[in-house]
Amino acid sequence: MSAFSDHLIIAPVVLPLFASAIMLMLGGDRRTFNATVNVVSTVALVVIGIALLFAADAAPTGLIGAYRLGNWPPPFAIVLVADRLASLMVLLASVLALAAVVFSLARWHRVGAFFHPLFQFLLMGINGAFLTGDLFNLFVFFEVLLAASYGLALHGSGSARVREGMHYIVINLAASLLFLIGVSLIYGVTGTLNMADLAARIPAVRSEDRGLLEAGAGILGIAFLVKTGMWPLCFWLPATYAAAPPPVASLFAILTKVGIYILLRLWLLLFGDQAGSSAHFGREWLLLGGMATVIFGAIGSLASQSLARMAAYSVLVSSGTLLAAIGMGRIGVTGGALYYLVSSTLGLAALFLLIELVERSREPGADVLAVTRELYGEEYELDDTTESGIAIPATMGILGLAFMGCALILAGLPPLSGFIGKFALLATALNAEDGAVPVAAWVFLVVLILSGLAVLIAMTRAGINAFWASPDRTVPRVRLIETAPVIALILLCAAQTVEAGPVMRFMNAAAQSLHAPSDYIRGVLGAGAEAPNSQRGGQ
Amino acid sequence: MEIVLALGIGVFTGTGVWLILRPRTFQVIIGLSLLSYAVNLFILAMGRLRTNAAPILPARAVGDPAQFTDPLPQALVLTAIVISFATTALFLVVLLASRGLTGTDHVDGQEPEA
Repeated sequence: MSAFSDHLIIAPVVLPLFASAIMLMLGGDRRTFNATVNVVSTVALVVIGIALLFAADAAPTGLIGAYRLGNWPPPFAIVLVADRLASLMVLLASVLALAAVVFSLARWHRVGAFFHPLFQFLLMGINGAFLTGDLFNLFVFFEVLLAASYGLALHGSGSARVREGMHYIVINLAASLLFLIGVSLIYGVTGTLNMADLAARIPAVRSEDRGLLEAGAGILGIAFLVKTGMWPLCFWLPATYAAAPPPVASLFAILTKVGIYILLRLWLLLFGDQAGSSAHFGREWLLLGGMATVIFGAIGSLASQSLARMAAYSVLVSSGTLLAAIGMGRIGVTGGALYYLVSSTLGLAALFLLIELVERSREPGADVLAVTRELYGEEYELDDTTESGIAIPATMGILGLAFMGCALILAGLPPLSGFIGKFALLATALNAEDGAVPVAAWVFLVVLILSGLAVLIAMTRAGINAFWASPDRTVPRVRLIETAPVIALILLCAAQTVEAGPVMRFMNAAAQSLHAPSDYIRGVLGAGAEAPNSQRGGQ
Repeated sequence: MEIVLALGIGVFTGTGVWLILRPRTFQVIIGLSLLSYAVNLFILAMGRLRTNAAPILPARAVGDPAQFTDPLPQALVLTAIVISFATTALFLVVLLASRGLTGTDHVDGQEPEA
C-alpha cells in the first residue's frame, strides 16, 4: 500500500471539515466565496471517490486498508476502513452532492444563512459514517451528519419547514439514544467497539450472554431502521423530505442509504454464517419489514397529492426493496441490491431536483397539487428579477423527458438502470442453489412487481397533471445550471445501463466480500489476528 | 449500589418516555434530557460498577487491570454528554422558532380541535 492511497482514506472526512472551517472563518456572508469553496471541495470529493473506487477494485482483497488514527495497534483506538462498498458509497454521496450544490447555486443557497458550511459538514458526516470501522465513532459521525441535516432541513425557514424539522429532530434524537443503548450493551458483552474485532469475538460469546448481545444488536438495529425508514418507523420521512428545500431533499436521498449501508455492513459482518448460534439474527425482521415498507411506500405514492410527497414515498419504496433484499441474505441478491441502490438513489435525487423546476410554473391554487405550495411556504421572497433564465419552449420538453427518465428508473422499466437493478434482484432471488425457491422469494417477486406498477401509475398521473393538464401554466424560467444536474444524474443511470457488465461485476465482488468478511477482519486487525480473542468476551 | 443505579436509570427512562409522548414542546425537550441522563448512566453501568477505582494508570507504572475501572465507557459518556447537550440546545432554538411562527407550543404547530 502506497503512502498516498493510505492517506486518501481519510481525505473524504478531512476535506469537507477544512472546507467548512474555511467558510465559517473566512467566508462570513460572502456567498460567492463560500459557493466557490463548496463547489471546489465537492468536485475534489468526487475525484477522491473515483480514486478510492479504483484503488479498492484493484486491491486483491477489495480492501484498500485500514487507516489507524493515532497509529495505535489494532484493535485499540479508531480505524477508518475503505473497501469496495465504502468507496462506492463515498463516490455516490459526492456525486449527489455535486448535483445538489450546482442546482442550489441558481437560487436556493440564497434563502438562508450558512447553507454551504452545513452542506460540507453533512458530507463529512456521511463520508465518515461510510468509512469508519468503529461503532462509537459511527455514532459520532451520525451525529455530525444529523446536526448538519437539521440545519439544512430548516434552510429557508417557513412554518411548514420548522414544524417538520422539529419532528425530524425529535425522532432522530430519540433514535440516537437507542443507538447509544445498543452500542453500550454490545460493549458490555464483548468488551470491544471495533467492528472487525467484534466480528472476531462474537462466535466466542457465551450462550448465556447471547440474549444480551442480541438485545443490543436489536436496539442498535432499530436506530438504523428509523433512519432507513422501515415501516412502521417511517412516518416522519415523507413529511420531512417533502418540506425540505429541493437540493437538500435530493442529498437526503443518500441519508436513508446510510442506514442501509450500516445494516449491510454490520449485519453481514457480525451476524454472518460464522456467528455461531446468533447467525442471521433478525433476518425475518429485515425481510418482512422491508416488504411492508415497500407496500406502505407504494400505497403512499398512489395517495399523494403533491409531487414532493410522492417522491418521498418513492424513497420508502427504494428503502424497503433494499431491506428485503438484504434480508434474503444471499450473495447474488446482495449484488443486485447494490446495483439497485445506486440506480434508485441517483433517480430519486434527480426527481427531487426536477420537481422543484416543474412546480415552479404552477399558479398557487391552480389545481389539487396546490397543496405543495403551502408546504413550500411563501414566506421568503426569491428575487426573481435578477434571474437570467430564458423561457424557451423547449424547457417543458426537457423537463418532461427528464421526468419520464425518473419514472422509468424508479418504476424499474427498461431501458434505464432501474430495470436491470430489479431484474438482477429478482433473477437471483428466484434462482435458489438447491432448486427449491423459498416462499419469501415469491412474495418478494409479487411485492416488487406490484410496487413498480404503483409507482408507475403514480408517476404517470403526476406527469399528466404537471405537463399536459394545466391550462393556466406559464413556462417556468429555468436556468441551465438547474437542468444540467438533473440531466447529468439521469445520464449516469443511463451509463450504468450501458456499462451494466463491469458495474455488475464490481457489485458482485463487493457483495462477495461482504458475505465472506474474513478478509475485512484480517485487513483491520492485521495478519494472524483471525483467531477469536475471547479473553473479555462474556465477562 | 447496583439497585440504586438501576432504579435511577429506570425512573429517568420512565419519566423521559412519558414526557416525550406529551403534546407540548417543552415537555418533549425535558423528556429528551431525562432520557439522555438515563442513557449516560446506562453506558457507565456497561463498564461494570466499581468504587474506589481510578480509570487512569499511574505514570510510569505497569498497572494491574483488576485494580482499575474501565476507562472506555467514561470516555464514551463524555462524548455522549457533549453531543446530547449540543443537539438539545439546537432543538431548543427550533422549539422557539416554532413557537414564534405558529403562536402555539403544540408539537404539531396547531392546537387540536376540541
